[in-house]
Parts: sequence; C-alpha cells; structure tokens
Amino acid sequence: MILQRKSDVFFCSLLLGVLLICLMVADAAISRRLDRDGVQERRAIVRVLALTDLCLTTEARYTRHPSMADLHTPFQEHPLSLDHFPAGALMPPPPHLRPQDGGE
Amino acid sequence: MGAIEKQRHILDFTLSSLGRRTGKNIALVIVYALVIFLIASVLFLADALKNEAVQILQDAPEIVVQRLVAGRHDLIPTHYMESIKTIRGVQSVESRLWGYYYDPFSGANYTLMVNADLNDHPGAIIIGAGVSRRSEPGKPLQPLRKNDLIPFKTSGGEVLTLQVKGLLPAASELVTADLILVSEPDFRKLFSVPNDRATDLVLQARNTKELATIATKIAQIHPDSRPILRDDMLRTYDAVFDWRGGVILMVLSGVFFAFIILAWDKATGLSAEEKREIGILKAIGWETSDILLMKFWEGAAVSLTAFFLGIFLAYLHVFLASSLLFEPVLKGWAVLYPHFRLTPHIHIYQIAVLFFLTVIPYTVVTIVPSWRSATIDPDAAMRL
Amino acid sequence: MIHLQDIRKVFNAGQPNEFVAIEGVNLTIDSHVATALKGPSGSGKTTLLSLLGCMARPTSGRITLKEREITSLPERFLTEIRRETFGMIFQQFNLIKGLTALENVMLPAYPKGEKHAALKRRAMDLLELLNLAGKALAQVEWLSGGEAQRTAIARALINNPAIVIADEPTAHLDTTLSREFMEIMRQLKKDGKTILIASHDPIVYESDVIDRIVEIRDGSIVLPGDGA
Repeated sequence: MILQRKSDVFFCSLLLGVLLICLMVADAAISRRLDRDGVQERRAIVRVLALTDLCLTTEARYTRHPSMADLHTPFQEHPLSLDHFPAGALMPPPPHLRPQDGGE
Repeated sequence: MGAIEKQRHILDFTLSSLGRRTGKNIALVIVYALVIFLIASVLFLADALKNEAVQILQDAPEIVVQRLVAGRHDLIPTHYMESIKTIRGVQSVESRLWGYYYDPFSGANYTLMVNADLNDHPGAIIIGAGVSRRSEPGKPLQPLRKNDLIPFKTSGGEVLTLQVKGLLPAASELVTADLILVSEPDFRKLFSVPNDRATDLVLQARNTKELATIATKIAQIHPDSRPILRDDMLRTYDAVFDWRGGVILMVLSGVFFAFIILAWDKATGLSAEEKREIGILKAIGWETSDILLMKFWEGAAVSLTAFFLGIFLAYLHVFLASSLLFEPVLKGWAVLYPHFRLTPHIHIYQIAVLFFLTVIPYTVVTIVPSWRSATIDPDAAMRL
Repeated sequence: MIHLQDIRKVFNAGQPNEFVAIEGVNLTIDSHVATALKGPSGSGKTTLLSLLGCMARPTSGRITLKEREITSLPERFLTEIRRETFGMIFQQFNLIKGLTALENVMLPAYPKGEKHAALKRRAMDLLELLNLAGKALAQVEWLSGGEAQRTAIARALINNPAIVIADEPTAHLDTTLSREFMEIMRQLKKDGKTILIASHDPIVYESDVIDRIVEIRDGSIVLPGDGA
C-alpha cells in the first residue's frame, strides 16, 4: 500500500514516533527487571565495603565523594579559584551542606 | 468525519507548503531536535543516576562520623568509638580507613580503602575495573591483572610494592571503578596514619528512626565531630545533574530561549510572499480559522518531528552510548573514568513535561504572529 | 440574482488618504447571463467586482444575493456563501507556487472536508475538460501561460459555483489565448453558469459571448447596459 497523501505519511511517522516512545518505556521496564540481580550485587558490595558514594568522577575529592564533602568544599568553585574542576559544575554542594538545612 | 478529513486536507497543503523550502525546514527540524536531544539527555541521565543511587546506596552505612578541624575534614581519634558506643540505640561502631592516592605513572586518582579481609594478607590489594584499565590519554597502558605488582610511594618517600590479588566485579564499576582495597598495616604505612587515628567512623543503629537523635548526641559529646546520615547521602544525588539548578539550567535555558527567539523572528517576519498566499487562500474560500489551522499544523509538523527525533536519539545516547557527549564534563581532568551502562529509567511524566516545554511553545510561536495576516480581507487579494 | 442598491465604498475613511471608490451604484446582475464590466483602470471595476463577489463589504448600501440580504452577514457565513456560489479567476492567476496543478485546483474545497478521493476525481475531471490532464502533477511554475490560465479556471470551478467572476483575465494573455478564454466562458454559460468579467480588453467586451456591458467610470455607472 503506497501512501499517496502527504498527511498520511506524516500521521504514519507520528504513529511511528509514539511507537518508539512506547518501545523505549518497555525497554526501560524490561531492562530494570533483568537488572534486578545486578542491583542486588551492587547493593551487596556497598554493604560489604561500607561505601557511601557512586564513582561518577574521580576528578576531585568533593566530586568523587560528594556526600562526604566538608564545609570547605563549596568554596572550591570560586571563579578565581585555582582548583577548578569541570565536574563541579554538575555536582552542586549536597543539600545537607547548604545553609537552609541549618548546616553544621 | 468531515472534520478529520478537513484536517488531513489542510495538513496536505501545509506539508506541500513546507516542502517548498525543504532544505531550510529540515535544518530547522534538526536544530530543534538537537535542543530537545540535549534537554532530554540531561533529564534521562539525571533520572537514571538518581534512581541508581537511591537503589544501591540504600545499604550504605547509616551514620558516618567525621571530624572537622578548621572547617576541613581531619582524621578522627579512634577512642571516640568508645564514647559513641555507649549512646543508647547504637548497635555497632567501626572505624573506616580510606583516602586518595595520586598515581603519577598513570595520572589517575585512586580511592584507597582498608578492607578487614586483607589484614591477614599484607602486601595484597584488590582493585576495581577502572584501576585495572588505568588508561592515560595518548599512552595506552597494559591493564593490571592478578599477580601484577604496583609500586606506591609512601608519604615518607619510600616505595611500597603491592600485589594484585583480585579484581572487583566489572558490573559494580559504578561504585568501585577507582577502588583499591588494602590491608590496614599497608594503609597506615603508605599514608603515615598513626595507629590511634581513622578516617571516619561508621555506625549501625538498632532502630533507624533513632538516627537523628543519635546524631545529635554524638555532636554533643564530640563537638568537633560531624555525623552524616544515610538520608543526607542519598539526597546528595538528588542534586547531581539537577537541571533545575546550576550551570546546566543556565546553558539549557540559553539554548532554548535562543531557539524560541529565532523561531519567533522567523514567524513574525511573514514575508510578502506568505502574506500574498494567505490573501489568495482567503480569496478562494478559506476562512481565518482555516488559515490559523494551517499555521498550527506548520508549527506542529516541525515540532512533533523534532520532538520524537530528539527524544529517541537522547535515549540511545544515554542508555546505549553511555552519555558519550557528557563524558568530557563528567571526566573533567580526571584520567580514570568509570565505564557504566545505566539501566534505562524513563517516566511518561518526563516525556510529557518535555512535550509541553517544547512542542507547545513552538506551535504557539508559529500561530500567533500570523494572526494579523490571517484576518486580511479577501478583497485585498484582488489587488495583489 | 445579485442586486446592489445605493452602494458606496470608501477606503481609509477619516484618514488623509480617504478615497471614494464607488458612489451611488445601483446594479442588478441576472443569472445565466454573461456581463462585462468595462472601464479604464482606476474606475472602480475591481472594487465593484469584489463587492459583487462578496469579498468586501460596502460602506453603505445593500447587497442581496438570490433574494437574500448579505450585507451584514458575519464573515463565517459570508465565506461559506462565497465558497459555494462564486468561482474567482484573478488577473495574475494567483496560483500557489510550489504546488502541483492538481493541488491548486483542489485547494478551495479543502476546508469543506469532503472525501479526498471524490475531490480528487472531480478535480481531475475538470482538468481533463480543460485539456490539462497530462499536466495535473506538474508544478504550476512550469506551466505555460495558457496552461496556468486553464488551471486557474479549473480551480474556480471546483466547488461547482453558480457564478464565475473574472478580473481582467486576458491582461497577460496573447490574442489566441484570449479568444480561447472566451470560448471556455461560452461553454460555461451554456452549462448554466452566470459570468461576470471586468475588463478593458476589446476581445472580451466585444465578444459575442457577452450579453450585457456595464460601463463604469470614476466609481459610478455610466452605461448600465440592459437592465439597471
């Protein structure tokens, strides 16, 4: 069946798009289910090794262990600072360090 | 039925009309899709990371006690453990020894951690997958394997050679990529940490509801200590990559608004050609509402195409290509970078938000400027 | 069929460039008759034509179409009436560039929402009638002057209107094509349509297809022809 009308082609593409999104959602759900063992494994390692952070970036202390960051840390990203770490742009100071949490 | 058929007809015309400047319109779709791609990638990555953190850090230590000296993290005296153990509700207290080691040979930062199991095997280490790779830009190194020897430089200036006894599972790279597990004697020798000091203490409570109370008591007994609760650790990852704050929001907003301004500019400058065509359409029997419908479809056609394209590519980018484009920022100056494949985590909510933030504004921006031209008197078409 | 009573049309009323295009016009157009509006440029021909074709409203006066007063109808109804009753052929053809001849012919019927297949067939039939079947899928920019003219005529006929209005249709055509145009008008009149042409081209108003000539000058009718 050849699609004669431009609007038909367009609607088919839209349908395809919606289908793709459904596929993505399904893929996500399936992957999550398949990864259950992996999650348990990672949890076990966290427990056994007493870890506190994800190893997302090994650039600086405060980006490697943001949850352990001390009060000095937020000031490392000063514009004139000599220690400037790109990953710091993605890792703002954790909530428990910010003033509204009645910092330590 | 007539209403649907009418939409299809008007859409036919709109698509033909867009097809007159295919190159320009395709470029528009691509740029638009790129904007959506960036925003969606950030959304997907942030969400997946947060989800991962929440799931696996559930088993992190309940309380970590640090010691602060002059606002900075300092070593904690191990005798603090005794006074803390007496606090009601505390089930167990242990000390943790960990720190960072910079390896000049590979240029990588490693996290060294003491593991009690190795205390009977001095000289042995267990390394994470990233350490094994220890890639250095421009200089491929041999991966470290079991029984390989690694020289470390102690803080005293001597060389301490340790042997790889095992590797941590590659599937756990997201938490262990840069880890090197050592024995306690080796750690203390390496960093000259005195026997009565530790990096921090970890606690387990009998009842999780009492964590806050216990933390307060610890701070009372040792005013120079700083207890960190597990909840705080988890919340840290709420802020990471958070598009609601920080540099990411500024950059994305900038891109987004630049695009909207561009689109507005394009739409407001309705060329004489376009005005003429609207006049003709009115003259041959199209109403103002039909013209506006056409403009709507024009905006919708471009933005819907760009939307689906952008989202799909973002999904592939984040979950199949491991966020390749964001790697430079995450990696920064680091040499070591974990290879992790995130489990896809996607919400219809995210997609809906993206849809309303991108498709709707663009469609509106295409319709609104045409309003005046759409209401042109058909009589004027006679004089064209 | 169409009756204009005391029609007055002013442009830019109240502004420095106020301009009275039509003044005190009384005119009746009969059905099944071919009427020519003759007059020099600036005489108000085009304005009168657009008033007759329900494309503009008079500043004062009344217009009735088939016994029904349409002067103060809201735009929506007016557009519908215009779409159903009139077929417009413009001086410059005014075909939409970038579209095929077939698409151009179907355009006036798009808002009606009729079935695509039926509409397409009707359009093809019209094109065939005008010997354009082979050019149906050609882009209008590539059509010759005569082919474009016939496409414009086909477009005007797609909604099967009772009245065909043409504004200076031969202005950009040579003698042969002009005569060809008048022959097509003859056929349409035979099919029962009412024809209304504004032109200062003798080939048009001296043709035997025309039943009545209305002369207009400086916004007023000078010679009402037969019937006023």
